[in-house]
Amino acid sequence: MPHYEPWSDERARAVIEEFSHLEGPLMPMLHAVQETFGHVPDAVVPMLAEMLNISRAEVHGVVTFYHDFRHEPAGHHVLKLCRAEACQAAGGDALADHAEHRLGCKLGETTADGRVTVEPIYCLGLCATAPSAMLDGKIVARLNERRLDALIAEAQS
Amino acid sequence: MTIRIYVPKDACAIACGADEVVEAIEAAARKRQQPVEIVRNGSRGMLWLEPLVEVVTAEGRIGYGPVEAGDVEGLFEAGFLTGGAHGLRIGKPEEHPFLAKQTRLTFARCGIIDPASYTDYRAHGGYRGLERALQLGPAEIIEEVKKSGLRGRGGAGFPTAIKWKTVADAKAERKYIVCNADEGDSGTFADRMIMEGDPFELIEGMTIAGIAVGATKGFVYTRSEYPHAIWAMEKAIEVARAHGMLGVNIAGSQYSFDMEVRMGAGAYVCGEETALLDSLEGKRGTVRAKPPLPAHKGLFQKPTVINNVLSLTAVPHILADGGEFYANFGMGRSRGTMPIQIAGNVKFGGLFETAFGITLGELINDIGGGTASGRPVKAAQVGGPLGAYVPTWQFDLPFDYESFAAKDALIGHGGIVVFDESADMAKMARFAMEFCSVESCGKCTPCRIGSTRGVELMDRIMAGERREANLATLTDLCQTMKLGSLCALGGFTPYPVLSAMNHFPEDFGAPPHRLEAAE
Ligand SMILES: Cc1cc2nc3c(=O)[nH]c(=O)nc-3n(C[C@H](O)[C@H](O)[C@H](O)COP(=O)(O)O)c2cc1C
Ligand code: SF4
Ligand code: FES
Ligand code: FES
Repeated sequence: MPHYEPWSDERARAVIEEFSHLEGPLMPMLHAVQETFGHVPDAVVPMLAEMLNISRAEVHGVVTFYHDFRHEPAGHHVLKLCRAEACQAAGGDALADHAEHRLGCKLGETTADGRVTVEPIYCLGLCATAPSAMLDGKIVARLNERRLDALIAEAQS
Repeated sequence: MTIRIYVPKDACAIACGADEVVEAIEAAARKRQQPVEIVRNGSRGMLWLEPLVEVVTAEGRIGYGPVEAGDVEGLFEAGFLTGGAHGLRIGKPEEHPFLAKQTRLTFARCGIIDPASYTDYRAHGGYRGLERALQLGPAEIIEEVKKSGLRGRGGAGFPTAIKWKTVADAKAERKYIVCNADEGDSGTFADRMIMEGDPFELIEGMTIAGIAVGATKGFVYTRSEYPHAIWAMEKAIEVARAHGMLGVNIAGSQYSFDMEVRMGAGAYVCGEETALLDSLEGKRGTVRAKPPLPAHKGLFQKPTVINNVLSLTAVPHILADGGEFYANFGMGRSRGTMPIQIAGNVKFGGLFETAFGITLGELINDIGGGTASGRPVKAAQVGGPLGAYVPTWQFDLPFDYESFAAKDALIGHGGIVVFDESADMAKMARFAMEFCSVESCGKCTPCRIGSTRGVELMDRIMAGERREANLATLTDLCQTMKLGSLCALGGFTPYPVLSAMNHFPEDFGAPPHRLEAAE
């Protein structure tokens, strides 16, 4: 299970500064912020704007453009189910329905107890052994109902 | 005696349990006090056999697959360390028909070598291309690439040499090589496999490109969905630097070149080259209007070569063996080999590198073995989410840019997704529109608004509401998207939609017709 740090101005600044020597540093900075805090908090926007000498609106625009960056923290575990074509061809629709049913929430939502966020993902490059999923950082192929139940149990534990 | 065992570290193998297999092998060997050396290779591309474990025996490498951790005790009992008989034994991988039928240039080393080993890379012909490139110099490198007939493998099929020449001729104090490793198409994984299985090949290809056009800095832009590829690339870059193959005065020459890996953030449109450049610069991944071309004003407004992984990894072979050698493979204006990816509902899915000209039917039925479900094949989507659904009666289509274009289809990045009879093509058409609406960069209305309208229309059609009128509106909308979109996301989404509708009208509640069969 991923461990995230509580927000701290000072820590955020240190995380960001590590990338200031790069050409085009904003994306690596945002990834680092999310890796550290589990999401991209609003407080980081003015910090980045100031450091990179661009407007807050520009930073905000970038954060909101990319599907990966979270505005709010996710559940304790994140289960991503591949919903792209190859996984659909291999029975992914039924598995997505099954997961929604078992978790009692829709793709894109977090369970009421805050334990599991379940999200669609579009292709993990495992399309020849579809359907595929990712639980936190772990990738799983040849998904079937039994394996999916095991993943859900792991996420709920 | 220490026995060497190969267990792939390819993401697909890992997702099928390769790490657990490694642990089980270590435990079983320890128990028997049998010293083993486990090498984490890339994948051979026979992905239905992953994890494919290979043991080095007196007769060569013997493969077993697909191995699960629970099979390992049994394999030891069966004497697999000396190539013993077992239900999972496949013999020598290179003699397996799936591999024996291929022409592997780009993937020649993938699955064979240790991807993190510079020595292994060298021992298997690595850096021969760069050595020759250093003898030839920039102008002749480009001439060699021109002779090869290489066309971009990222989708558009644009001649690589022309792109390089434009950047070479541009005057600027700084130029860039950008590798498009954003591989977002469903059904594709060749870029991922090569980055994980033979990353030095990409480093070598980018270095040669840098020398050819006078660029000193390279970026590999890949997806956040590919963490294993990122690790493998970063590791190889470090090793190459340590051996003087990246950095100042590469291999003791006058040329300098270095590179970095950058990660996207889950935006499909960032595979489009100009959106990718904006993303690298730290902006929203919005498509730029052309001109200016990236070759003139690319990354940070500097002349930039942007090429797909497979274009760049073809280059070392072209340099090592000559452009003519490469051009000897293929058909028509599609020269060389194409790493084709067979995926979806298919029995033998994997990577099949072959000369252009092979038919879709051969790939899906003979090589892929038909569907995994055992039901008849209904259609295949070729070329990712923007590619057409090709019905079985067009499976005689040869893999060639022009032949596909003539049928309103595209090869794209070479991915084939197989669907069986149970597929609902109206649902797939709806998905194409939905994907476009979710991934649209928002710059042009036909794509941004049109795709949302497309989803609504499909919902009505699927609910049986005013079907004929709505199908006609959908056709019009597709025409508007084709003509009025700035890039291929909005411009090509109509292809899967219209092909599904035209070939499978019965799924859209219209009477079936099979006019195409008579063509
Ligand atoms: C929406 C969209 C997504 C694309 N995705 C990719 C991709 O993931 N990888 C890629 O190499 N090219 C992709 N392309 C094509 C690139 O724009 C470009 O043609 C390619 O990087 C050029 O390299 P090549 O000449 O070596 O093929 C995409 C194009 C569009 C319109
Ligand atoms: S077609 Fe779509 S993705 Fe392409 S530039 Fe227009 S809005 Fe952006
Ligand atoms: S489509 Fe699901 S892994 Fe590629
Ligand atoms: S706005 Fe609807 S297609 Fe132009």
